Amino acid sequence: MDSFLSLFEQYDVAAAFWVNIQLTFWAAIWSLLLGTLLALFRISPIASLQWFGATYVNIFRNTPLTIIIAFGVLALFGQLSVSLSSDFNLNFFRLAILGLSLYHAAFVCEAIRSGVNTVPLGQAEAARAIGLSFLPAARLVILPQAFRGAIAPLGNVLIALTKNSTVAAAGSVAESAGLMKTMIEFRSDMVIPIFFTFAFGFVLIVIPIGLLTTWASKKLAVSR
Amino acid sequence: MRTTRYGALAMAAAAALALSACGGGGGEEGAEEGGGEAGAESVRIGIKFDQPGLGFDEGGSYSGFDVDVARYVAGELGYSEDQIEWVEAPSANRENLLSNEQVDMIFATYSITDTRKETVDFAGPYFIAGQDLLVPVDSDITGPEDLDGRNLCSVTGSTSAQRVKDEYAEGVNLIEQPGYAECVSLMSGGQIDAVTTDDIILAGLAAQEANQGQFKVVGNPFSEEKYGVGLTKGSELCSDINAAIEKMIEEGAWEEALANNLEGVDYEPNAELNPPTPDDCA
Repeated sequence: MDSFLSLFEQYDVAAAFWVNIQLTFWAAIWSLLLGTLLALFRISPIASLQWFGATYVNIFRNTPLTIIIAFGVLALFGQLSVSLSSDFNLNFFRLAILGLSLYHAAFVCEAIRSGVNTVPLGQAEAARAIGLSFLPAARLVILPQAFRGAIAPLGNVLIALTKNSTVAAAGSVAESAGLMKTMIEFRSDMVIPIFFTFAFGFVLIVIPIGLLTTWASKKLAVSR
Repeated sequence: MRTTRYGALAMAAAAALALSACGGGGGEEGAEEGGGEAGAESVRIGIKFDQPGLGFDEGGSYSGFDVDVARYVAGELGYSEDQIEWVEAPSANRENLLSNEQVDMIFATYSITDTRKETVDFAGPYFIAGQDLLVPVDSDITGPEDLDGRNLCSVTGSTSAQRVKDEYAEGVNLIEQPGYAECVSLMSGGQIDAVTTDDIILAGLAAQEANQGQFKVVGNPFSEEKYGVGLTKGSELCSDINAAIEKMIEEGAWEEALANNLEGVDYEPNAELNPPTPDDCA
């Protein structure tokens, strides 16, 4: 037990998890914005925008996240010298957020679209009947109901995003998966306790998200 | 028509799955047999599959300095080439492979440390490496002190880069990648000034065909890593392995193996420490 506790003196586990939470926070915001925009594209009456939304979703949803993150570092930074910050480490942090956001936006888009499907067709027809064009109809009638119907699937995307933030280790971000690798390398006598520490850490972060979204999806459901 | 096509596809996928399942199962079975008879029929040796110059999988055949030493030692223990079963031993799995008796010995850039000695036994060392830097040939970097303000790459889960930052150059920028291949590719692109890890691993990277003539090992090692042969705790092989390593060094096969695997790279192992004398067996 003493040697287990000494792990926490030797390595800053909490700080590594904090990096994951930060990654999740920023990527959740950006992917929600981008995903909502994509969902709008996909339900819009303009064929080229529908095509763009569908193509984006199919490409990013079907590409492994590791490849997207590795592309950010090896191609954007390595070959094209793209820099999102003059601070060396902040650059990788932002590249990782970019990769996570691009990837999860595809899932957010589909979650919102599933929410749109819960809105009865009559709502859209009524919106049209009172003279609203596409954007006002989406903003005032369709999307508010769609979001309330999409809370559970959006919560699932957020849970996946939280755990996927560990992939940022491939993009040179010092987060928990990278720290776990270091700890296993140097404390080979404690491999299984280290493993459980990190598994438990994520369970601890994810369970409240699950509880919150379940509660919210019930509370905010549109009663019809 | 459509259904038939999908049906055929599904069949093909199922067949592929079944085949690959067979392949995997067969391998494990073989391993168990070997273990059951206390290695009388074959010996299972853990090596790296992805470390050019040390342990490298070239599509079924294995090359590298670790592999050559392993072959020689296995030969001295009475195993012919085709009695050796090579098993991939990634860094994080080495202790598990040994304590679960999935391999008999490990030759995989395995540094002897006190923490590791608590769970496994070591024979050797058969090589003494030191942390060094790999830089482009025209670089002016001569040691870790020159790295202030430069970009240094290493692999996630190793503290070698952190050591440079803590002890030599506070202003160095660290970047961590999943593998050394990624580090080298970044250095080719000009974004990274140096890669750091053990000198022999760096030499192996520089000796790769695609990298020939592009990079050099600085040759100013600033640590001591004793590469040992990992053994199951309480293994009786230790003294035999040590004798084999001593014989290999005496016969000149050790030097030959080193030269063969790192051909074309301007690299000399730390001459004060190499070739090493194996430690006494516990």
